[in-house]
Amino acid sequence: MPARSADEVKISPILKALEDQDTSVLYDPLDNTMVLNIGPQHPATHGVLRLLVKLEGETVLSSVADLGYLHRGYEKIAENGTYHEFIPHTDRLDYLSPISNNVGYVLAVEKLLGLEVPPRAQYIRVLVCEMARIASHLVSVGSMAMDVGALTVLLWTFREREKVLDIFDVLCGARFTTSYARIGGLQQDWSPQCTAMLEAFLQEFEQDVVEVEALLRTNKIFIDRCEGVGYLSQGDCVAMGLTGPLLRASGVPYDLRRDNPYLVYDKLDFNVVTAKESDALARFYVRIAEMRESAKILRQSLDALPAGSYNAMNPKRVLPNKERTYTKMEELIHDFMLINIGIDPPVGEVYQAIESSKGQLGFYIVSDGTGHPWRMKIRSPSMVNLQSLPMMLKGAMISDIVAIIGSLDPVMGEADK
Amino acid sequence: MPMGISCCAIEMMATASPRFDISRFGSEVMRFTPRQCDVMIVAGTVNYKMAKVVRKIYDQMPEPKWVISMGACASTGGMFRSYAVVQGIDQFMPVDVYVAGCPPRPENLLCALLELQKKISNESVIGGGQSEPIPPKRPTAEPTGQPA
Amino acid sequence: MTNAEIVDRIKAQLPESILGSEEFRNDLTILVRKDDIVRVAEFVKSDPDLLFDLVIDVCGVDLYQPEQRFEVVYNLYSLNMKRYLRLKVRVGEDNPVVPTVTSVWPGANWHERETWDMFGIKFAGHPDLRRIYMPEEFEHFPLRKDFPLMGIPDSLSLPRR
Repeated sequence: MPARSADEVKISPILKALEDQDTSVLYDPLDNTMVLNIGPQHPATHGVLRLLVKLEGETVLSSVADLGYLHRGYEKIAENGTYHEFIPHTDRLDYLSPISNNVGYVLAVEKLLGLEVPPRAQYIRVLVCEMARIASHLVSVGSMAMDVGALTVLLWTFREREKVLDIFDVLCGARFTTSYARIGGLQQDWSPQCTAMLEAFLQEFEQDVVEVEALLRTNKIFIDRCEGVGYLSQGDCVAMGLTGPLLRASGVPYDLRRDNPYLVYDKLDFNVVTAKESDALARFYVRIAEMRESAKILRQSLDALPAGSYNAMNPKRVLPNKERTYTKMEELIHDFMLINIGIDPPVGEVYQAIESSKGQLGFYIVSDGTGHPWRMKIRSPSMVNLQSLPMMLKGAMISDIVAIIGSLDPVMGEADK
Repeated sequence: MPMGISCCAIEMMATASPRFDISRFGSEVMRFTPRQCDVMIVAGTVNYKMAKVVRKIYDQMPEPKWVISMGACASTGGMFRSYAVVQGIDQFMPVDVYVAGCPPRPENLLCALLELQKKISNESVIGGGQSEPIPPKRPTAEPTGQPA
Repeated sequence: MTNAEIVDRIKAQLPESILGSEEFRNDLTILVRKDDIVRVAEFVKSDPDLLFDLVIDVCGVDLYQPEQRFEVVYNLYSLNMKRYLRLKVRVGEDNPVVPTVTSVWPGANWHERETWDMFGIKFAGHPDLRRIYMPEEFEHFPLRKDFPLMGIPDSLSLPRR
């Protein structure tokens, strides 16, 4: 290869950013540092995340994360469709717990409209949100353990997750991307079969979590690989805007369900789990403890589930019942208008967030009075959590990169919108 | 090789999990390096930025190779009709089997794998590797069950 | 503290920076002069009664009006008071430059990059203003209202078949 002169070699902006981040004062005449591309296609990057790391031997000097490999243009799609049309799109945001994204979006629209939802719908929404949180944490725990080397844990957690997905299957018709919540209520009612399945699941769940934990709690390899790795101080966590299990693992007891309660969380009794060490191991245990708290919430909501209707009584804004749409005239007209023209919200802007399994998932909606939102901004927790990744990777070894990304638990569908 | 990009990747992982168990059909090993693979399962939305990467990895696979396009997003762009999403991976790669669904159920993916195995067994080495297209199944009896 | 008290407190400290405030569905929104955003940000973060230390979101809005076309919205949260606050800055299309708040909240870094990528609003003083979602060689700003949903043909390249 012919040597290139300095002005011929144009450094791409991302490589320049990588150089700028390197704060080690190394004069490197032998060119000992290496830039490694942990590319978008990788078994352990939890999706399509691209990481460029500058290495000296095995130690990371600096790193830069490159997003955008799953950018689908959600916000532009939202501006071009009605509020109801966006509900299936919200499923694909955090695709490990799709139902909680539905509920979060619908809560934001209901805040904009000032719509009150009947208590039965609120309790059912709490039930599905907590089941989605358990499903998501199971995958997160399993894949972090798999990345570190314990493959069995992934297979066991996926077996548990199948039970939750079966409940979703009976409840909504789809295992996975459910689109269950509607503006003003839900798509269909909770049935006694779902109650029976959920009770059976809860009976076995505690024992299964104990088994999974027993594999890892005293496992020296797991502890050595995860303890002290990916430390981020509490002040840094707050400065970077982190939320969710990452912030709680650094000692800040910030949980949106407790601090700004939405749905019926203020009537339920649960603990906010925190840890002090703020490393990968602490985040792992915070997630396992949160699964136990979710099981507690599920039991309480199941006992307190009231009877009543599952949709708000507001025909101008809530989609009517399907059977009545096919047989009665008023419902047909309302259905037609709501689908084609959309609900008529007031002019204004709202921000509503929920505590999803990754952190605070928020929707900032600017409405201009028509059936299409003027601007819909999705505050995705995974993108904010990934912002702190270069700080955590400084000084770590290559094998720690995988453990750190696993403890961050990013979901690229959310981070890339 | 599993090119798991978005939500369909989770269903692919569920297919490999103990309940649906893709290893019953001979595909236990999911290698993430293209040099050792025969089949690439593109699972998820491919956008323009990712298309170069997918094509590069497809080029790195040795012949003979096949592609399963899993899910609506990979086959046609799916529900994302926007500026950033490629409307179907067959715009830049040849595809052998398309799987419909958003995401397709694990049983659906297993059916696609079996269809691919049938297609491969119809190919003949002597005829230059051309395969006969498999005719679609016509329904032979009255549909039973309640209407949707 | 009620919303009115928060506005009064900020107005008492920095009277010329606040251009207006409104309240909708219990959310407080304060319109701030563009050049004073850093001072207002530092005040709301460090004042012991307010302490808005968690930056939730920074985004842009395209109002599509002839003057002051863009708006940059800062959603903040106070761990102390457990409430939200929204600060807004208006900027015109001919010179869309806003001072950066990364010196106050380092977490606003990627949010401002996203606003640059999607709207074309530059942030003066930002350490690393690059595109985050679209490829680096993309020339348009997707979330502006005059960019079509299906994109501009041939603005992004595909590999050959």
